[in-house]
Formats: sequence, structure tokens, C-alpha cells
Amino acid sequence: MTDFTMEKGADGVAVITWDVPGKSMNVMSMEAWPLLEQLIDDALADEAVKGIVLTSGKEGSFAGGMDLNVIAKMKDMAGDDPAKGLFEGLMGMHAILRKIERAGMDERNKGGKPIAAALPGTALGIGLEIPLACHRIFAADNPKAKIGLPEIMVGIFPGAGGTTRLVRKMGAMAAAPLLLEGKLNEPKKAKSAGVIDEVVPAEELLERAKAWVLEATDKDIVKPWDEKGYKMPGGEPYHPAGFMTFVGASAMVNGKTQGAFPAAKALLSAVYEGALVPFDTALKIEARWFTHVLMDPSSGAMIRSLFINKEALEKGANRPDVADQKVTKLGVMGAGMMGAGIALVSAQAGIEVVLIDQEQAAADRGKAYAADYMDMGIKRGKATEDKKTALLERITATTDYSALKGCDLVIEAVFEDPGIKAEVTRKVLEVVGDDCIFATNTSTLPISELARASDRPEQFIGIHFFSPVEKMYLVEIIKGAKTGERAVAKALDYVRQIRKTPIVVNDARFFYANRCIIPYINEGIRMVAEGVAPALIDNAARQLGFPVGPLQLVDETSIDLGAKIARATKAAMGDAYPDAAVDEVIFWMESEGRLGRKANAGFFDYDDKGKRQGYWPGLAAQYPLAEEQPDLTTVQHRLMFAQVLEAVRALEDGVLEDIREGDVGAILGWGFAPWSGGPFSWLDIIGTPYAAERCDALEAAHGPRFACPALLREMADKNQSFYKRFDSGAKAA
Amino acid sequence: MIDAYIYDTVRTPRGKGRKDGALHEVTSVRLSALVLNALKDRNGLEGHAVEDVIWGNVTQVKEQGGCLARTAVLASDLDEAIPGLAINRFCASGMEAVNLAANQVRGGAGEAYIAGGVEMMGRVAMGSDGAAIAVDPSVAMDSYFVPQGISADIIATEYGFTRDQADALAVESQNRAAAAWADGRFARSILEVKDQNGLTILDRDEYMRPGTDMQALGALKPSFKEMGEGMPGFDAVAKLKYPHLERIEHIHHAGNSSGIVDGAAGVLVGSKAFGEKWGLKPRARIRQTTKIGTDPTIMLTGPVPATEKALRDSGMTIGDIDLFEVNEAFASVVLRFMQAFDVDPDVVNVNGGSIAMGHPLGATGAIIIGTLLDELERSDREVGLATLCIASGMGAATIIERV
Repeated sequence: MTDFTMEKGADGVAVITWDVPGKSMNVMSMEAWPLLEQLIDDALADEAVKGIVLTSGKEGSFAGGMDLNVIAKMKDMAGDDPAKGLFEGLMGMHAILRKIERAGMDERNKGGKPIAAALPGTALGIGLEIPLACHRIFAADNPKAKIGLPEIMVGIFPGAGGTTRLVRKMGAMAAAPLLLEGKLNEPKKAKSAGVIDEVVPAEELLERAKAWVLEATDKDIVKPWDEKGYKMPGGEPYHPAGFMTFVGASAMVNGKTQGAFPAAKALLSAVYEGALVPFDTALKIEARWFTHVLMDPSSGAMIRSLFINKEALEKGANRPDVADQKVTKLGVMGAGMMGAGIALVSAQAGIEVVLIDQEQAAADRGKAYAADYMDMGIKRGKATEDKKTALLERITATTDYSALKGCDLVIEAVFEDPGIKAEVTRKVLEVVGDDCIFATNTSTLPISELARASDRPEQFIGIHFFSPVEKMYLVEIIKGAKTGERAVAKALDYVRQIRKTPIVVNDARFFYANRCIIPYINEGIRMVAEGVAPALIDNAARQLGFPVGPLQLVDETSIDLGAKIARATKAAMGDAYPDAAVDEVIFWMESEGRLGRKANAGFFDYDDKGKRQGYWPGLAAQYPLAEEQPDLTTVQHRLMFAQVLEAVRALEDGVLEDIREGDVGAILGWGFAPWSGGPFSWLDIIGTPYAAERCDALEAAHGPRFACPALLREMADKNQSFYKRFDSGAKAA
Repeated sequence: MIDAYIYDTVRTPRGKGRKDGALHEVTSVRLSALVLNALKDRNGLEGHAVEDVIWGNVTQVKEQGGCLARTAVLASDLDEAIPGLAINRFCASGMEAVNLAANQVRGGAGEAYIAGGVEMMGRVAMGSDGAAIAVDPSVAMDSYFVPQGISADIIATEYGFTRDQADALAVESQNRAAAAWADGRFARSILEVKDQNGLTILDRDEYMRPGTDMQALGALKPSFKEMGEGMPGFDAVAKLKYPHLERIEHIHHAGNSSGIVDGAAGVLVGSKAFGEKWGLKPRARIRQTTKIGTDPTIMLTGPVPATEKALRDSGMTIGDIDLFEVNEAFASVVLRFMQAFDVDPDVVNVNGGSIAMGHPLGATGAIIIGTLLDELERSDREVGLATLCIASGMGAATIIERV
């Protein structure tokens, strides 16, 4: 173990360098803690050492944080009594950091050795919590560096003293955006915010830190909270000013998280309870709440889906073993909203793009979309004129198919009509080389059917983007019956190039995401027809952690699209079609011209500027509110099971081959309750036996769409969890 | 069982709870002692005449801290053998003091009590004693804490009360209070506040705004809209608990909510034997006392279940009650009460209420029991019910009948 090494200089400064072998950025492991402690002990005991500088051997960064793989497994590794094991482990960590902070001082705060942190750049999570325990934080003037505590983003909070120290250093109000939103700052902003102490030229970093260490007095190295009469900036919770802050904090966090994220609540409790007691007691309280969060299955599920599995999928966990398929020249057929978005993100990734439409004006409009996007970036200081020029140079907008020559991937995003798509496919194949992969961005048409237009069906694949392309992180790759491995690899390599997250599914109606979203929306609409208060339907979804409720969602995606899909589905399914109750509402809305936001009229009213007002009163006139309203849990279970059972069926049907893709895809694709880790994680959290029980009750009350799928029933009988049965990613088959 | 009777009720006029309020110069202790002395003197009590002084007070810090009840006894002319118990059930503290006293008497634990309360809201600011329910995330988030004004607006939204209805109730409160003063209806209970030299400091409720009309109220801005819709956004919290509500209608403002005032009140409660011993005539029997907990977010609907329970426990129906005092904490509280029981507004708060005269938190419960009894006697009616909504989701009620 050489994660930390120490060099004692002749000047009396011991430099501890953090440099984890084989990693481009330092991450903290459980094994590295004792080593760090040992070095600190050594330096504090050595009379020749006057002070310590803690720095990193990595260029441009101090540390990326705790290894999330470790955090995800901490509970399982904590022994028979995991809460006890976790708590004691955390207290051990606090003891090491506290040892750094006290640095050998006596009770009168005398005789300690100055310890400075010297950050070459990025310092995240534990990578900032360790510096916060030091006496002064120097950072290199590196505007690309990010400094902050992003733990909340993956369902935990800073649990190595970062919460307690930051609040005591800055006050609760100032620390709130850093802790509750995980806001990151570049070094200069971090300094002005009060997170770090000094920003210095990169080449002077170590020298400046050393100089400070040699000059620092007893007074300089005492933390304010270790001095008598310490008062928390902004006031503690029962100080008049602090009172208002804390009242507001609970309300704001409650409203913003809709009560659905346990980590935010635990964080706030740690801050409040900690603010009322001395520092060491506050650390103990922080450890208790952090243990509580780690014990909550939500944190493990969030880390697993949003970090570990998302990254695994991005790195090609399900990529066939074929040679590199990176795209060099991309053809995009159709310069509508989707085509323009695809062209934009591809050009951003440095790919040469040919954007084709029937009319030159349409093609130009598609390219202008990229120009407008870059202009907005320039306005916000996130892009430059040069970058814009370079990006636009990579996009050729034309009507001329011959420009497609040399494309190794073509994505069509033309009108959702099999005839038109077939014609475009044939015309493209006449021009491009034999090994070009052809992809369709269809969201509704079967891939295997569309592939018939190609004489190379093994090179035909679905690459389904979500709208707006530049904002949505998920890309659904769909294998037709004859799609070959190279096409899959091509799609995956392309998605990796444009820095999105792929899932690979098989070809069936609506693939995976839309297959689950449609029943979610339909369940909401069904409840409208039953006389459930529209606000209850949407609020119930929001309280589950969905960004928008089903009625608001359908307004965004448009009612006529819903009606069109319903008609097509009905035509395809015939008598088996189960959604007549939904169609009644949808078709009526359509006939009333309530087409959604685009028409400034849908389930909601909108003002002239398109701002959403209240629910349309006409809705209540047509579907009067029922005297008896269902309770919140019933509404939530209906909305939840409508989607989750569809995910289980997709797994049963083999559309989904990997539950990781089902979970990651759901969160990124349609904002499925992120706190749960996704549909399969959610079923694991509530337990398959309870889930099956709820299915039976929902089926009895609301119909066969809630019938328990055979797979879930079998798992319930055996009390199995998805992530045990499918061994974290093993294929379902 | 021994019956508990009301022998006397006393209240001070209510002063504006501000630096320029008439009672601002008077300490909580002195105002309390004035009430205690009045009850002693008016009823000729001597020595260890009552078992205890139970004194309601909400903000028990600074001069109102340190068991104000005992301090007030020592500052009064009462015998030092009479101890003193400070209690806090928020806005119903004064009522709870009377109810506790009544139940002690009924249970045989002493023959008589002085019960009541005080609140000098201009001297000891409301909320200055802290409250974990508002700031401790473990409670505040799980119980969906919102300030009372938001709760009052939730009631209005949930039960469909409009700004106009609330304002009309406020205008009526002002008109009735003005008429009651003009007619001398508070005379029996009102205790002039005098200084140590016998000079009058306040002899009349100071907060009232006679002549208030719909137009004047219509000009007032809703008080809780900003904290609800803006920062920190309490409406979002309210909707977590009431997800069927699309938005919260903010109808309350300074003119249709209770006033912040200084004041104190006391009630002499005793058994029949107590009256016989001191030669006093009982004025009313305390028939039923009730307290109950309700949803803390909507918070202020307690008078409805409290009244239901009081009626149920006493074997009465709403029709058996001749007069009601429903504390006007906010207009929607009273509107909800009248809606729930379908009672005639003409028998509710007939002499105005806290919107017109103010709501000295710890005293109001005792004040409205006195006001109710005075009016039962004046209008020669028999049975009255007083009730209050209470912070954190509680309700209390007392049923009295003349003897």
C-alpha cells in the first residue's frame, strides 16, 4: 500500500503525498486510512518535523472522493451488526481527521504542528473533507478544477466531518447550496465562498503551503470551533437569525425533494442537531445520521444505478467483443427537432456530420439549431465563438445524398411512416459504403420491420434518442431480429463518443422506455376518468420523486401524439387492446383541441407566453371529481406498479436482457424515482413478496393490467431479490 | 362526583402588543398579579383560600419564564401557601388552566382554584422561546410543519372559503365588539389596569378598529403568500400533506386574523362547598372539558373534533348549545366551525372576538369563557361552548351551563 507517502524535508516540513497507483485521480479506500494515520502519527511525534503539507501526486487534482464502489458495499462489509460496524468505522475516521485537526495541541490550544492542504486541482467529497480538517487549504489557480461535496447527488451526504466542518466554518445558510445541492466551484469561487483559504499559482503551490506551515503560530492553527466563545456564523438554530434559516431549510428541502430523498433529510438533521452541541459531539451525531443513510437501502440503490452501473454501461458492459467502431463521419437523415439535436451532439463530440433534408431550407434550419445552441452557451460563458465556428464547420447541411459518401454510420430521423423510412433507407444504401451501419431513431415502429428495406439487415439497428437530444442522457439501442454484433458495437461506441448512457434492448412494441412510460401516463389519465383530483395524480407522482406527474408529462409530449399511438396500438392489438378507458379521455381532449403545451391548451391552461397555469376547468366539467378520493398511497402504487410491472414483463419477454439497463434506463430515460435506484431496485426495496401482494390487491381493485407477472410471483414465493437473482448484471436468460 | 362551578371571571382590557401599546410598560408579573388580586378582593378570599393558581402562558421565557404562576402569586396579595403552576397548551393555555382546575375540583383535589393566564406579546415576542417542531428537521419535515397563517389558508382552500367571506367575518367581529363595548356588555369582567398609585393605565380594549369595512380590508395584502409561494415555499410542504390541492389560496391578512396584544384573565373555579364556605353564589357549572390532537399541518381545525368529543362525552348535541365562543385566531377557523356544525352565525362570537380585540395567547382561553358566561347571563340563555384551535394541531373545548 503506497497510496500515501511522506518525505521529511530539511526545512522541517513533512510532505505527505497522496498518489494512488494506477489511477488518474486519487480515491480513498478503507485500507488507506490506517496508512494516513500512521504517517500523521510519525510526523507529529518527530521533533524534527515542524509542520506538515498534505498534497497529491496527480496533476490537476487532489482527489475525486471516496471510492463509491466501497460505499455501496460498506453496509455488507460492516459485519453481523452493520449499523454498529458502520458507526464505529465512521467514528474511527473522525478520530483520524480530528487528530489532523488538533495536530498535537494541548487543551489550551498550544503546541500543535501546522498542517496545510495543497490542492493541485479538483477536490471532491472526501478529497475536500480531509483538507477541511487541515489548518489551511491552498489550491492551485486552476479554473478547470472542481471543489465541493457532491455526495448528495448519489443519495448520501458528506459523512467524514465535511458536513459538520463546513457548517461551522461558513454557517448553515452559506453551506446549504454546497451540501444540499452538491454545488461545485472552481478554486477562486471556492475561496470567495469561504470553502478554501488561498488560491496560488500552480507552480508555487507547494512552496506557499510550506512557507505558511513554517510561519504559522499556535493561534493560526486553532479552528474557531475549538476556541472558547465560538459562535456559528449566521446563528445556531435557536438564535433569532438562525431560527429563520433552520425553519426555512426544512421547508425548502421538503418542498424541493418532495420528501422523497432520505439523504437530504438526514443531512439537515445532522446539521441541526450538531449545531446545538460541541464539535466532537456533533461529529458523533453526523456519524449516526450517516450510518442511518447507509443503512437505508435507497443510498445503496442510488449509488449502484446512478454511478456504478451507469458507468459500467457507458464503458460497454454489454458490448459485443468486436473491434473499435468509433464513428468518424455520421449521416443524419431528417433535420427536424430530433435530427438537428443528433447533429448537434455528434458535432460536439468532434464527429463530422452530414445533415440531410428534402429542402435546403429545412436542412439549414437544422444546422441553425446548433448555432442557436452555441450562441446560448456563449451568452452564458460556457462556449466561445471559436468553438461555435469549429462545431458548425463539422456540420454539412444539404439535400444531396451523395454527401453521405464515406459515412460509417447513418441515423434516420424522418417522419414516423414505414414507407417514407423505407425509401430513405434504400436511397442512403445506394450511396454509402458496404460496411456503413444504418440506424433508425424510430420510437414506435418495429426495427425488424424497418430492416426489411435494407439488403444488409445485420447492419440495421435502432438508436432511439429522447427529446430534447442535447439534454437527455439516455440512448436506447434496439436490436432487430437480424441485427449483428458489429452494429451493436457501432451504436455503443457512438453513444460513448457523444457521452451519453446506452442501454441495449430487443425489438418489441415501444422497446423499453416508452413501453413503461405509456402505462404510467395511461394510469394517470385513467384516474382522471374515474374522477380522481388531477392535482392528486400529479402530486402523487412528484412525491415519488418523478420530475413531473403523468398529466403534466402528457401535456409536454402532446395529446395528439398519445392519440396517434393509441390508434396504432389498437389497430395492432385488436380485441386485446386494454386501454379504452384512457382513449375516451385522450380522444375527447384531442377533439376539444386540448393538444398539450404546444397548443397552449391541454390538461393545463397556459398563458400567452406558454407558462403553465392551473388545471383546465373543462376537465372537471367533463369528469367531475369523485366524492371519495383515493388515498395517496393507492394513487402512488397505481402509478408505480403500472410502470414497474411493465419493466418486469420486458425482462420476462427478453426485451430487456440486463436489469442494470432496466434501472439505469428508467432513471435517465423518464426520471423514474431516482431515490429508488430504478424499477427493479424499487421492487427489491419493497420486497418481492409485498410487491406480489400489492399486485393481487391492485388487480382485484383495478383490473388485470396489475396481474402479477409469473417471474415476480416466482421470486415472491422464494423471497428473492432481483439483484441477488440476476447477480448484479448477469443476463436474465 | 363533585361538580365544579365558576364563581367569578375577570379580564384586563387588551392593549396593543407593540412598543406604543398602552400595556407595554406593565410587566407580565404585575398584570397577572392585578388579576389575582381582583379575584381575591371581589370574592373576599383570605389566606389559603384556593388550592393552586394554574396560569397559562405560551412564551415562557424571560419575564414570562421561571414558573410565572408562582412569581405572580408572590407578587400578588395571595397567601404564599398558594403555590402556582405554569402551563402551556399554546392558544388554549388559559382554557386548559380552567379545565384542569375544574377537573381537580371534580376529582376532589382541592376545593377551589384560580385559573387563567397572561401573554404580554409586545414584551415577550411570540416564538422567542424556540420550537423544535419548526426547526428540528426530524420533526418539521416528517410532520410537514408550516406556520399557522399557511395552515389557516389551507383551511380556506380545503373547505372553500373566499377572501370575501373571511373579510365579512372580520367586519362583523369589529361591529359586534364595538356594539358590545357601547352596550357595556363586558363590564362585569373587565378589570381596569391601574398603576401602583391607582392611576388608570388602560380601561378599554385598545386594538379595535370600529368602522372597519370590506373596502378597507380589501386593500390589505395577503400576509402568507410570499412565504408560501416564494421563499422558503411552505405551500409545497402543505401540498405534500394535501396532495389533492392544486394550490393554496392565500386569503388571510392582518385584518382577518387575530391581533397581537397584551392581556390577562382569571377564573375562580370551586366546588359547591367552597361557595358555601365563602358565601359565594356559583354562576355556572363546568359541564365538560375536552382536548384533542389533530393533523399538525392544517393545524387549526381542532375546534371541530374537540366540540364533537365534548358533545359526545357529555351526551349532548349541537342543538343543546345556546351560544358559542370560537376563538377568532383566523377567520377560516370560525368559518370552518360554523360550516361543520351548520350553526347560525348569530350565536357565534356575539360580542366580537380576537380579530377585533386581539388574542393574548396564554389568556384568551380564560377570556372567552368569561365572555361566554357574561353573555349567557345577559341574554338569559343556559348552555354555552367555548373552543379554540391550537398550534401543532390540537383543539380544546369547555361546555358551561348556568345554575
